[in-house]
Amino acid sequence: VLVKLEFVPVLEQWPLLVQGLLATIALSALAIVTGFVLAVLLVWQRSRGPAWVRALISGYVELIRNTPFIVQLFFIFFGLPALGIKLSPEAASVLAMVINLGAYATEIVRAGVQATPAGQWEAARSLALSEWQIFLRVVIPPALRKVWPAMVSQMVIVMLGSAVCGQIATQELSYAANLIQSRNFRAFEAFIVATFLYLALSIALRQVLNWVGRRYLFGQARPGGAYG
Amino acid sequence: MRRSVLVSVVATIAFAHIPAAHAQSALDDILKSKTIQIAVPTDFPPYGFVTTDLKPQGLDIDMANYIAGKLGAKVELVPVTSANRIPYLQTRKAHLVISTLGKNAEREKVIDFTAAYSPFFQAIFATKALSVKNAADLAGKSVGVTRGAIEDMELTKIAPASADIKRFEDNNATVSAFVSGQVQVLATGASVAGNMMQRNPNLNAEYKFVLKDSPNFIGVGKGEDALRTRVNEIIAEAKRSGDLDKMAMRWLGRPAGDLPQ
Repeated sequence: VLVKLEFVPVLEQWPLLVQGLLATIALSALAIVTGFVLAVLLVWQRSRGPAWVRALISGYVELIRNTPFIVQLFFIFFGLPALGIKLSPEAASVLAMVINLGAYATEIVRAGVQATPAGQWEAARSLALSEWQIFLRVVIPPALRKVWPAMVSQMVIVMLGSAVCGQIATQELSYAANLIQSRNFRAFEAFIVATFLYLALSIALRQVLNWVGRRYLFGQARPGGAYG
Repeated sequence: MRRSVLVSVVATIAFAHIPAAHAQSALDDILKSKTIQIAVPTDFPPYGFVTTDLKPQGLDIDMANYIAGKLGAKVELVPVTSANRIPYLQTRKAHLVISTLGKNAEREKVIDFTAAYSPFFQAIFATKALSVKNAADLAGKSVGVTRGAIEDMELTKIAPASADIKRFEDNNATVSAFVSGQVQVLATGASVAGNMMQRNPNLNAEYKFVLKDSPNFIGVGKGEDALRTRVNEIIAEAKRSGDLDKMAMRWLGRPAGDLPQ
């Protein structure tokens, strides 16, 4: 006897799936953009800020990179209300994802910045650029080009990690799949559908991020260099 | 290259036959191997919970041991949550589910039920300050519930459209959401709520109105009639001998009473 796979009861619930898919995309987009900007700012502060700021950033990076995402999420959603900070499931999810990606991305960007030869800083200083200008215009673009594949992977991981946010009633894609299977008990089918949606989402996100990187962040190596 | 990998992945899934145990074989399996896997709750006192020595305890665990004893088999307890107990039965990871399982038409499509073995009801709870007398009063309020549980189904049926129903993965998360103030109203089983109120007297929570009286049944795999009949005999015998009442007295402080077949 074989278990028969029936996708119709799952696909009938397509409005739930679409809603979940859109929520996952929205959560991920917000978290990826904000987390990335946060990481760049933190790397800047870590290389130029006062000692206590640098220590603080290191502490944050270590704390987040050495604890599970779901614990961070539960802390924000179930723990913070004890301090009087009540966030909606959606806000708590985005915050947890930003904090999580921020820590990992900080390490990734730092790796790229450290690989930038000191001569570039010196050359830029001799052109009377400000430190911030040097960082943003001279150091960051080639640094990002070096680490972009790792950064894209981390962003995809954060997108996939949003599946956990259903645990605190955020209505994203895996929440939708879970809700559907709790209604019609087509668990296998619901998760197969969710798996393929996540797969498609990952592939699409990777393509988009690769394109965004080339187009807006560091550019193709062109004749005439960065000023061409 | 990439396309061919994708095609083979799809093909593997499309042609994968998912083997399941032969119908009607569960009782034979149990009697032959002298072991029975029974899914029980561990987050649902007093029906099933874990003590500080990490051993599962509660009415459902007593019932599991009782039935295993009558079948002459060694019991292997499989901890499950509200949301995954039916999939465990469907995928034959457990022979029986004794996990405060209520009976309804949707569930009867995918699994079979024995006679009831213990009483239970689901209700709405909130702080004394919040005025909630009936389903209409839930309008505009946030309500926490465990996804896929009976109370979820009942609540979904009766709640007004403007009620903000937040569904959590298991009872612990649902209760935590209420205790931390993330939801205003709690829809859950009487035992879970009783336990929560006992541990958080400062919340001033109280019972508001009943969602459903739903005695607990034991779930068996669809079509496992031999096993179901045997378990029904054991339950009927336990009812006659007073063992069911004893178990209910021990954990719920009241006799099992009149339970449906």
